[in-house]
Amino acid sequence: MWDYSDKVKEHFFNPKNAGAVVDANATGEVGSISCGDALRLTLKVDDDSEIILEAGFQTFGCGSAIASSSVLTEIIKGMTLDEAAKVTNQDIADQLEGLPPEKMHCSVMGREALQAAIANYRGEVWTDDHEEGALICKCFAIDAVMIEEMVWANKLRTVEDVTNFTKAGGGCASCHEDIEAILEKVLAEKGEKFDPTAAPVEAITKIAAVKAPLTNLQRIKKIEQVLESLRPALMADGGDVELVEVLGNTAYVNMTGACNGCQMAAMTIAGIQQRLMEVMGEFIKVVPASEMKKLVNIEVV
Amino acid sequence: MKDIYLDNNATTKVDPAVVDMMIPYFLEQYGNPSSIHKFADGVAKGLKHARQQVQALIGCEHDSEIIFTSCGTESNSTAILSAIKAQPNKKEIITTTVEHPAILSVCDMLEKEGYTIHRMPVDKAGRLNLNAYKNLLSNNVAIVSVMWANNETGTIFPVEEMADMANAEGVMFHTDAVQAVGKIPMNLQYTKIDMLSLSGHKLHAPKGIGVLYLRRGTRYRALLRGGHQERGRRAGTENSASIVGLGKACELALEFIKYENTQVKAMRDRLERGLTDQIPHCFITGDIYNRLPNTTDIAFEYIEGESILMLLNKAGIAASSGSACTSGSLEPSHVMRAMDIPYTAAHGTIRFSFSRYNDMSEVDEVLRVMPGIVATLRKLSPYWDGNGPVADPEKAFAPVYA
Repeated sequence: MWDYSDKVKEHFFNPKNAGAVVDANATGEVGSISCGDALRLTLKVDDDSEIILEAGFQTFGCGSAIASSSVLTEIIKGMTLDEAAKVTNQDIADQLEGLPPEKMHCSVMGREALQAAIANYRGEVWTDDHEEGALICKCFAIDAVMIEEMVWANKLRTVEDVTNFTKAGGGCASCHEDIEAILEKVLAEKGEKFDPTAAPVEAITKIAAVKAPLTNLQRIKKIEQVLESLRPALMADGGDVELVEVLGNTAYVNMTGACNGCQMAAMTIAGIQQRLMEVMGEFIKVVPASEMKKLVNIEVV
Repeated sequence: MKDIYLDNNATTKVDPAVVDMMIPYFLEQYGNPSSIHKFADGVAKGLKHARQQVQALIGCEHDSEIIFTSCGTESNSTAILSAIKAQPNKKEIITTTVEHPAILSVCDMLEKEGYTIHRMPVDKAGRLNLNAYKNLLSNNVAIVSVMWANNETGTIFPVEEMADMANAEGVMFHTDAVQAVGKIPMNLQYTKIDMLSLSGHKLHAPKGIGVLYLRRGTRYRALLRGGHQERGRRAGTENSASIVGLGKACELALEFIKYENTQVKAMRDRLERGLTDQIPHCFITGDIYNRLPNTTDIAFEYIEGESILMLLNKAGIAASSGSACTSGSLEPSHVMRAMDIPYTAAHGTIRFSFSRYNDMSEVDEVLRVMPGIVATLRKLSPYWDGNGPVADPEKAFAPVYA
C-alpha cells in the first residue's frame, strides 16, 4: 500500500465537492487513460468578478487522484480565474502534505483540468503540453518521455548527462539501467551507439576536478562554481540554491523558490552533495542553512 | 469481525504446523548440512524427507528431480537461461503475453541479445490458440515456457497437452506453476513437462523458498555455481529450515487438495455469484470454465481498483487489483490488456483469492460491504450518472488525454 499522508486519506475517504456543479459555466475534462485516471472539473464562475463560486469534480481514478481533485476544488473556491490560473500541481501536492513520486501525476492532472476549465470559460481551446511516459526515476519523479526529449534536445550521451539535465538517476541510482536503455534507444534512432564511457556533453563538464590542495578561498569559490553549474536544472523546476557558508567539510545552502519546502528537497541536496564530492575529491556535507542557525547561532538571511 | 484475507495468490499465511517443523532447524539443527557433526546430522535427513514431500505433491518420478531454489523467480530464470545455454544454436523462445514478469522480463532481456521471442496472444477469455502454438514449434526453439495457471484470473492453460506437442517436436517445455501447485492435482511423471517452477509462499510455506523441478535427463546448465549443493545444480548453502517447512506445506497441500477443490471453490463461487448478482456492470474475467478453484477476478466498470482496495481495506478486507495505480506503473495489468478488456473495466478489476483458512462468514461480509463501496465510487465517476453509466460513456466523457 502507498504511504499516503493523512491529508490524502482524509480527502479520499471524505471527498469535498464531489459531483458536477449544477449550473456550471466552465468545464475541464482531462485524463490519462493508460494510467487510469480521468477528471471532469465543473466550475460556476461569477461573470462580473470572475470569482469561482462553486467547484465540483468527477474522477475516475485512484485514491490520490480523488484526493487531488477534492483538494483542488477546495483551493480554488473563492479565487478569481487569474489567481486560479497560477495554481501549480505542487500547490495541490503541498496541500495534501505530499504525494508519493509515482502519484505526482495525479496532481498534474488536477492542474490540467483547472487550466482546461479556465480555457473553456474564456472560449479558448486548451491543449495539453506534456506527454506522460513510464516513471523511470522514482527519487525525482522523472518519466521516460521527459528523459527522451532531453536526450534529443541536448544531445546527451551518458547517464551522467541525463542526471545533470533532468536530475533523473541522481538519487538512489537504481534506475541507471533504465536510463541506459533509453540512451541506447534514442542514440540508435540517431544512428549513434551508446558508449557508457563517453565524455559528458559540454556545458556541465567545464568544472575540472580538484587535484592540488586549495586555499580556503579557492575551495569556497570552487564549491560556488559547482552550485552555479547545478542551478539551471533547479531553475527549470522553479527552484534555486544559494551557498550561505562553508564551515569545515560542511556547506550550508539555502534552497529557494519551488525547492523551498519541496518534499524532494532532501533528495536534491543529496544530489548536490554527490556532485560536490566528485569535483572536490573530498567528503563534503551539504546541509540546509536553517540547520546552521541552530548549530552556530548565526543569523541567516 | 476480524480482518479478512482474500489475497492468497499474492502470498499466504504460513501454516502453524509448518512453523513448528522449522523452529528446530533454527535453534538446534542449525549446522551446515555439509558438516560432519551432531549439529548437522539431522539436517540432511530433514532435507531428504522434504524432497520426498515435494515429490509426492507434484507426482514426479524421482526425488532427485527436485532442486530447491530461493523463490519462483529464481526457478524461472534458471529454467530459461539453462535451456538457452544448453542449446546455444537455438535462438527462439515461445511464451505467452500473460506470463508473470519473472518470465517476461527474462525474455525481454534475451530479445535484446538477439533471441526471437514468440509471445502467444490470448482471446477475450484468456485462452491460447493451440493451432497457432503448433505452428510456432520448430527445431529453432530452445524452450517453451507457459504458465500452468494465471495469477490474476486463475485461468488454467492446457500445459500437459502443450508439453506433449513440444516433446513431439523435440522442444524443451517449462511451466511456471507457482499458482497451480497445491491448488490442482498434478502428476508430473505422466507428462512431458521438462521443468516446472513452484514457490513456497503461495502454499503456506515461508517466503524465500522455491523449487525447480528438472526431469531426469533434461539437459541443464546451472545458474548459480560454486558448490555441490543440490548435486551441483544450485550452489549455495541450503535454506534448511525453509526447505523443511516447504516439505511440510506440500504434505498439507496434498492432504487438502480435495478440500481446495470443493470447500474453497464453494466459497469462491458463492462470492462471485453474489457480487455479480448484486452489482450491475461488473463481470468475471478469464476462462470461467477452466480456472483455479480459489481465484476470482472481477472487473467493476467505471471505477478504479486502488480506490476500491482502499475502501475494502478500511472495511478490513484484503484483496488486490490489476489497476495501474496499485503497481505504480502507468499501465493496467498486461493480463487485462492481453484479454482486450476495455480500460474503463481493466482499471477496476479486483482479484479475490481464497485459501483453506477462509470461511463462509467472510464471504458474507464481503457481499455485505462491496455493493456500497462500488456505489460510493461510482457516484464520483464521470462515467456514471445516477443509476447507470452515462449513455455512450466513451463519447459522453471524452477527456483530453495526456
